[in-house]
Amino acid sequence: MNLASTLPLLLGTAVLLPLISFVLILFFGPRMGSHGKGASALATGAIGTSCLLSFIALISWLSVHGTGKGLHEVEHGAVAAVSTDHPAANPAADHAHDLAEQESVQKAEYTGELYTLGQFGSLKITISYYIDALTIAMFSMVTLIATLIHFYASGYMHDELHDITDHEVTLRDGHHLHRHGRYYRFFQFLSLFCFSMLGLVFSGNIVMVFVFWELVGICSYFLIGFYIERKSASNAANKAFIVNRVGDFGMIIGLMALWGSLGTFSFGNTVGAKGEAEPGLFSLVRTGANHHELQVPDAMVKDAAAAEIAAGQAPTEANLTTWRKEHLGYGLLVVAGLGIFCGCVGKSAQFPLHVWLPDAMEGPTPVSALVHSATMVAAGVYLVGRFYPVFAPEVLLTIAYIGAITLFLAATIAITALDIKRVLAYSTISQLGYMMLALGVGGWIAGLFHLITHAFFKSLLFMCSGSVIHATHTNDMSKMGGLRHKMPYTAYTMLVGCLAIMGAGIPFLIGFSGFHSKDSIIEQALSFTNLNPAHRILFLAAAGGAAITAFYMFRLWYLTFSGQPRDQHIYDHAHESPKVMVVPLMVLAVFAIGIGWTMPFTGLSVTNLLEQARPEGTMAGFSGGAWLTGLTYPNEHLSHNLNIPAGTVAFCTALAGFLLATAFYGWKLVSPSEARQQFKPIYNFLVNKWYFDELYQAIFVQPVLFISRRIAEFDRKVIDNIINGLAWLVRRVSVIDDWIDRTFVDGLVNLCARWTFSAGMSLRNVQTGKLRQYVMFIAIGTVALFILVSFFWSYSAAAH
Amino acid sequence: MNLLTEPIGISHYLVVGAVLFVSGVVCMAVKRNALGVLMGIELVLNGANLNFVAFGSKFLQKNGANSIGLDGSLIAVFVIVLAAAEAAVALAITLNYYNNHATVDVDRADELKG
Repeated sequence: MNLASTLPLLLGTAVLLPLISFVLILFFGPRMGSHGKGASALATGAIGTSCLLSFIALISWLSVHGTGKGLHEVEHGAVAAVSTDHPAANPAADHAHDLAEQESVQKAEYTGELYTLGQFGSLKITISYYIDALTIAMFSMVTLIATLIHFYASGYMHDELHDITDHEVTLRDGHHLHRHGRYYRFFQFLSLFCFSMLGLVFSGNIVMVFVFWELVGICSYFLIGFYIERKSASNAANKAFIVNRVGDFGMIIGLMALWGSLGTFSFGNTVGAKGEAEPGLFSLVRTGANHHELQVPDAMVKDAAAAEIAAGQAPTEANLTTWRKEHLGYGLLVVAGLGIFCGCVGKSAQFPLHVWLPDAMEGPTPVSALVHSATMVAAGVYLVGRFYPVFAPEVLLTIAYIGAITLFLAATIAITALDIKRVLAYSTISQLGYMMLALGVGGWIAGLFHLITHAFFKSLLFMCSGSVIHATHTNDMSKMGGLRHKMPYTAYTMLVGCLAIMGAGIPFLIGFSGFHSKDSIIEQALSFTNLNPAHRILFLAAAGGAAITAFYMFRLWYLTFSGQPRDQHIYDHAHESPKVMVVPLMVLAVFAIGIGWTMPFTGLSVTNLLEQARPEGTMAGFSGGAWLTGLTYPNEHLSHNLNIPAGTVAFCTALAGFLLATAFYGWKLVSPSEARQQFKPIYNFLVNKWYFDELYQAIFVQPVLFISRRIAEFDRKVIDNIINGLAWLVRRVSVIDDWIDRTFVDGLVNLCARWTFSAGMSLRNVQTGKLRQYVMFIAIGTVALFILVSFFWSYSAAAH
Repeated sequence: MNLLTEPIGISHYLVVGAVLFVSGVVCMAVKRNALGVLMGIELVLNGANLNFVAFGSKFLQKNGANSIGLDGSLIAVFVIVLAAAEAAVALAITLNYYNNHATVDVDRADELKG
């Protein structure tokens, strides 16, 4: 099978189908059945077909490239032989092994340009694609979850099929807002989102990624603000959009740094118009000649050495080597990396831009499940994974620390939250922190593996919470309790989700999907901190975070589904959700359990698939950046040797968190309110979300408001006065002008008129009305003319 | 040159025409009766007509042989027709004036003055 031609076709169609659905619903949405009921069928059909195409692509990929098992095993064995010693201690052997490995392993990728949007000098903007195993995995994950959520949403949003009275919006006259249902509009935005998300993954250059990046941002904005009449929803939408702009600003800086020095946006190598090879970003940073090890590209070195070149030193090979040794241009590479990561911080809600995600829960729950947990927020992690070859060690360390801070911070806030969706939102932030941490400590597979598993169990959790909200019409967990009797399917699928996110499993053997991915993160963190004891905090954050995760997830489950109902009225009205919502839950539950497993006999697993997409040259361990020379990154495969200690730590922390939650909320050995009293300062600190909103209010929002008030004042007092003064002056001048106009111009015209009039009046006297006089005048006039002509006409002149 | 001794030519016609014209003008200028004025007009028109006929005669033509000499007479016929039409209109006005004012004195018909 010729993947190079079939994959772009399959995946390109998968990208475009939701766009077609979006356009159709945009124009014909309200006419699709009563209140646009048909819109859901169209959108679901489109994304379902995309899902089918993605899986066809997945199967054809696997049939050509295999499941990757053999490669993995061989490679693992080889590393094991070397790793008896400290890997950094014998760099020579390690290096030799790398060489052998890189010669045998050629990363499978398909890249190409579909259309050139424009070429401005050396800047070429194209629509291109870059397909590797990671793309295929993301396509399958996104389309599968999106399809299930479309089904779920067609049940969840069914209130919107008729007119709605929104009890959360009170109009000025004291009534509640009454509006038309917006069922079709929800699916319209959902389709646009699917298109943007798939386009983002499909993109073959960073500009196209940026375009789709903004498109998913705007979809997120539309969907958060779906209940636009609610003040909280419109505020949350604005907040999400503005906070993301901060990140995108950094991303633009990164883009400029890359393009300004390297002159290309393309990920993979492409072929130019004249048939010449155009190396992409990845091969520029990790050239084959340098065994795919990270080095500052020649162009960046030349940019940084502009002073030396101006001084007359030619950029020869020898000079370039010298300059590179002096770390010229390294700063540019770091800036590019940090800039790209900055965009990811915004999109993936990492500290310090995490504040928008909890508020984004104002959107309908299917949106939270699809956009704000499974796919869009994971786009940041995806981009870090995609750009992994370009990141210098210093950037990776930054990513790791940002991830560690985020995962710990968000997890602690989740402990005290009472809004069921907010607990899940903070949990999402925390898990995204895990992924970033994993990527930052060199766990490329671990981070992206967690991305995939997290997408399944977190969308499951969100959809379960949506099911609960659908039944109880409240988000407040303090009004729930005991619901498992009323809605068993929801309760037990959610239990599966909780077990998956806490990483439950039989240690060292098998478990829920989160067990595999979280263990690999903790293994990698341990492996990293073993080599870099100074950064031990990264491992501690990951391990501590695991305990907190287990605690807050089971706190959520116990508060919602177990114990006695705390609000009898809500309990009595609660009911299990319709089939169209429950079936997707069960499908997702199956995936949440099994997506981390390796298929017996075939070696088919997500990790093995991702292994085929590993960027060239990132497999080996490496040590030291230009500035942080002490930093040593371990080979990711070495971390499996730490399976026993890391697995034990992960299991024990998760168990501890689970037992603590059970003690508090299951067995009620300890009263949560007493603990709240005991640790009041900490509780207040957490319940106020570390005062981040207040902090940002104080240092960003208030100053901006202050400055804008001053500017408004300046506007009112100075500029308005100047304008008013000018207006006054113009009035004065026009009064004078008016006088001149009336007196002189009008006077002149009137004078002429008066003259004409008086001439007419005097000529009037001739008209006597007496017939005989007229005859006299004619006769005398004729004679007079005759005499005049006779006297004054020169005959000779007239004759000749 | 003595007209009385000359053979009949253009000049004699012109003299008659001039006498007719002046009589007509004087008649128009002095008559107070509207009908008298109309008669004056007829005289003026016929005086002018006489000139047309005289100038149209073949005696005046330089190349008389080539002309059938009808152009002056033609215009004279036109003038006669015009005079008839004019007389009809003028008599109608006069009649109406008489109906309204019981007089045909043109000096009293000065309502169109100034």
